[in-house]
Amino acid sequence: MRPYWRPAANSSGSALGAVPAASGSERAGLVESIRPSLQAAGPVRLAMGLVVAAALVAAGYRMIYGLGAATHLSDAWPWGLWKILGVVAGIPLAAGAFVVAAWVHVFRHHGYESLARPAVLAGFIGYLTAIASLFVDIGQPHRIWHPIVMWQPHSVLFEVCWCVILYTTVLALEFSPVAFEKLGWQRAGRIVQHFIAPIAGAGATLCVLHQSSLGSLFLIAPSRMSPMWYTPWLPLIFFVSSVAAGLAVLQLLAWVADRVYGQPVAESIRAGLARGLTGVLVLYLAVRLGDWSLRGTGPWRTSWGLEGALAWAELVMGIVLPLALLLAAGVRAGGQEWRVAAAAFTAAGVLLHRLDTGLTSMREAAWLPYVPSAIEWLVMAGMVCAGILAYDWVARRLPLFEHGREAAR
Amino acid sequence: MAVSQPERVVGRRRLLRWGAALAGAAAARAATGAAGRTARAASVVDGQAWAMLVDITQCVGCRSCVFACQEENGWKGDPEGQQLDGERWTAVREVAVKGSEEPRFVRTECFHCLQPSCADACIVGALRKTAEGPVVYDAGKCIGCRYCMIACPFQVPRYQWDQTFPLVAKCDFCADRIAAGKQPACSEACPTGATLFGRRDELVEQARARLASEPDRYVQHIYGLEEAGGTSWLFITDVPFEQLGFARVGTTPPPQRTRAWMQRVPAIAVGIAGLLAAAHVIEGRGGNHA
Repeated sequence: MRPYWRPAANSSGSALGAVPAASGSERAGLVESIRPSLQAAGPVRLAMGLVVAAALVAAGYRMIYGLGAATHLSDAWPWGLWKILGVVAGIPLAAGAFVVAAWVHVFRHHGYESLARPAVLAGFIGYLTAIASLFVDIGQPHRIWHPIVMWQPHSVLFEVCWCVILYTTVLALEFSPVAFEKLGWQRAGRIVQHFIAPIAGAGATLCVLHQSSLGSLFLIAPSRMSPMWYTPWLPLIFFVSSVAAGLAVLQLLAWVADRVYGQPVAESIRAGLARGLTGVLVLYLAVRLGDWSLRGTGPWRTSWGLEGALAWAELVMGIVLPLALLLAAGVRAGGQEWRVAAAAFTAAGVLLHRLDTGLTSMREAAWLPYVPSAIEWLVMAGMVCAGILAYDWVARRLPLFEHGREAAR
Repeated sequence: MAVSQPERVVGRRRLLRWGAALAGAAAARAATGAAGRTARAASVVDGQAWAMLVDITQCVGCRSCVFACQEENGWKGDPEGQQLDGERWTAVREVAVKGSEEPRFVRTECFHCLQPSCADACIVGALRKTAEGPVVYDAGKCIGCRYCMIACPFQVPRYQWDQTFPLVAKCDFCADRIAAGKQPACSEACPTGATLFGRRDELVEQARARLASEPDRYVQHIYGLEEAGGTSWLFITDVPFEQLGFARVGTTPPPQRTRAWMQRVPAIAVGIAGLLAAAHVIEGRGGNHA
């Protein structure tokens, strides 16, 4: 039996019993008992684990001493890294889950099924990370349940909150058959599978709503934001860019499945993702250019400075460059590296647009500067590492990759 | 979308007025000879709600208002501070003015918008515009998301950054005092009448009269009459508002922008769900494909 920590050459994937620590000597001390696990984890996972541990300590500090002591947030900067990077920029990266679930289960493109499980798992972990980010960010974390009973239907944040709660439930449901399969609960798995189309449809509907509403959040603050990023089109821009980011992350997940887990994803799927991303990027480019032109602004209308440079970066690095790479990948055989690079630039471009909307555009209105504190960065890094470790942990134990290949046969 | 937007708003306003008239009649019957300035139930829209007029030309910078505010709320903070904070719900800023030897003293506090962005933003409804005028805060509901601070066009709400479980801090227009038939602590303490408490309609008239009486002295603008859809606090001055640090916020109430979106959300949800269902059925006819 192959050790669970080593990537499988074949697709046997289920090595749950092979945890070395479980068969360690009975009377061993704590260090002795975890040593095999530490050795097994490998340097990368060990380093990530250390970051998570440090982040937990930092989060504990924030919980005890408060936001003022732990962060560089201020009255001039009420929203910082945790909300803008952890939620507003993080959520679109998890959009691949709804795109592929809808494509497979609603639109019946079952050829993409092998991507559905990794995508839904990544999405589920992504949403849990965003919720964790909110939890450390809000001033009264013990009241995080209040929006469930205290309704305020005019609040965009209220709508986003409800969509995120419901959609995280949908993601859990969508992923549950994998766990049921492992547990051998075939009946439960079949029941979920029976309703998978309406579940995926509901999930996609919720995503259209809150991915766009993350942009609508800012509609109420026109006087606080730079016209470069404040636009009535924010909901449209946020939705289109979330689909772009989602497709990009799917391409990256396919790459990870191949490189890290030795589970190559079919060329037809990777090519399909690239085609989809090309189309969405063209639409996104049109929306951004149209918005800037109609409102008489845009990076070409501002003098050089931080704002202009970042807006140019969004446009060139985040949209034009990946489009060029995708087109190049299309005319060359075996252009998978180009596609992956395009995906990475797309995701970075969407991240940058979210950071610009939520942070850069508010610089003028703020009377103080904001540079996130070490604790803010550390907690953020800890959540990213925890997400990656969680994905890795599940990927090595549950039938994540085999399922679709059989279905596609 | 059969009902167009403006009609709906007018309809709601009419309803509000109706409600206000009914409430007013009921209050008039109930208040048999209640003395003093009793805050009666009044619609915000009809201008009978309580308001404040700040005449910057009359402020001498004594900060009696700040002292009174801190005493009223039980703090011993530093009243000289120029910025609002968790324990300074009103502050007096000293602003040097070009071409004038005398500085101007500018009061800052919550403007108590007629359509408050903070109240529409608040995820749990902890902030609320009362019919009497104040925008009040229910600390027991607040989850500390700080969306109100992002939403406020005047950047007023502050946060208790020094607390482990902080709350939002802003002027509540002495809602308790108003409910008890008294005027707010700050206007009561003002020795020069630079801060005047009254019904919004009457104060607007008063302000217009002052602007008209000395047209060469006063800037011919009442800040708060239409800013962000109108505020309960009104300001007049002899120095351009921009020089005194008043934000340019436009006359559109910011909540209108998010409400327009929120009203579309149910239709979008139904539309998307319908489209997906239709696609599912149509794609099903052709059998499974890749």
